[in-house]
Amino acid sequence: MAGKPVLHDFNGRSRMESIRWLLAAAGVEFEEKFITCPEDLERLKNDGLLMFQQIPLVEMDGMKLVQSRAILNYIATKYNLYGKDMKERLLIDMYTEGILDLYEIVSRLPRTPPDQIDSKTALIRDRTKNRYFPVFEKVMLKSHGQDYLVGNKLSRVDILLVELLYLVEEVDVSLLADFPLLQALKTRISNLPNVKKFLQPGGQRKPRATQKVIEEARKIFKF
Amino acid sequence: MAGKPVLHYFNLRARVESIRWLLAAAGVEFEEKFIETPEDFEKLRNDGLLMFQQVPMVEMDGMNLVQSRAILNYIATKYNLYGKDVKERLLIDMYTEGMADLYEMFIQLTVTPPDQIDAKIALIKDRTKNRYLPAFEKVLKSHGQDYLVGNKLSKADILLTELLYTVEEFDASLLASFPLLQALKTRISNLPNVKKFLQPGGQRKPPTTAKMMEEARKLVKP
Repeated sequence: MAGKPVLHDFNGRSRMESIRWLLAAAGVEFEEKFITCPEDLERLKNDGLLMFQQIPLVEMDGMKLVQSRAILNYIATKYNLYGKDMKERLLIDMYTEGILDLYEIVSRLPRTPPDQIDSKTALIRDRTKNRYFPVFEKVMLKSHGQDYLVGNKLSRVDILLVELLYLVEEVDVSLLADFPLLQALKTRISNLPNVKKFLQPGGQRKPRATQKVIEEARKIFKF
Repeated sequence: MAGKPVLHYFNLRARVESIRWLLAAAGVEFEEKFIETPEDFEKLRNDGLLMFQQVPMVEMDGMNLVQSRAILNYIATKYNLYGKDVKERLLIDMYTEGMADLYEMFIQLTVTPPDQIDAKIALIKDRTKNRYLPAFEKVLKSHGQDYLVGNKLSKADILLTELLYTVEEFDASLLASFPLLQALKTRISNLPNVKKFLQPGGQRKPPTTAKMMEEARKLVKP
């Protein structure tokens, strides 16, 4: 029975954040049910809604979707953001997995113990400037003025890359300096009406994690 | 120009064994070029063959595929092991992502400091028995079919079988309460292509040890 997708997650940035970006960019309105205490999570588990006892969980199309990659794949396919054929899907997947590798390191920075922050930040700088951003800048360059990474059409990987660009900018805004085509992509995607709405105050994008928010999450999810 | 796929990696299971299983189960003959010296790795990098300076890399259909999930998805799609529609793909993805989470715990064990190993082992046992295997047993029970999704062989069955062998090597008693999973493991193992892969002389690699991971790490400049 049709209805808005319902996202069950912690009220903060997590593995659900990329799902929020993708739904928003696809123009799909969604509701959120926030887990604010351990009992909320227990209830989801006891009601048998979580296949592997973990969130994120997205209720959508009469199903209980878990595992963020599975959810992203489903949404991307449903809303034609996954390329037009097997070869485009391959490119999208390769780029996406590379982005997720960097995303993983960057998104964990707020939770890093203070004595490791400098070395982690140095790693992020190195990987960003020398391994990941050059690849995507080159893809944009070789596409000869096309607006998107794959197939001259908006896909999930443009949205995910832009999300990552925002995250990297929060760590060190100078990291984008040598990548004009990525900056242009970021601007272009941010100006798409659906994305613009998502990014505005009142939009469903979650703010950067503060220590307080992390502590609360730690109590609920025991990490 | 058609030719066999060529897999570039260390002579190890690690995260690449799933690719070997999937190619084998699909009946695709493939070659392997093992990275055995730092120079082997540097050459791949310097020749610009590694999109993110990392292996595995699979030369296939005139392309240099990287990122193991991208590689697995491509192979599964090409050989019709990815379900028949978006809903079946969703199920396959949910199941295989859960499998990957458990599989990653086994891989992490080979790089865990000795003083933390007992705790890690206990956690793996708990997750295997109480979280992951019950989920997959329940799927098989729910429809009573021979395969996890769509009554047809898919990458979910192949990767689950690989995982069950890994669990068995770790602690065979963990499979005891899961008769349907044991039956799936037997069924998949008896498929001619898989049987050949598992036999002595097949391309399946022996279990990865901490020492093997150490040796491999030395070959790769960060």
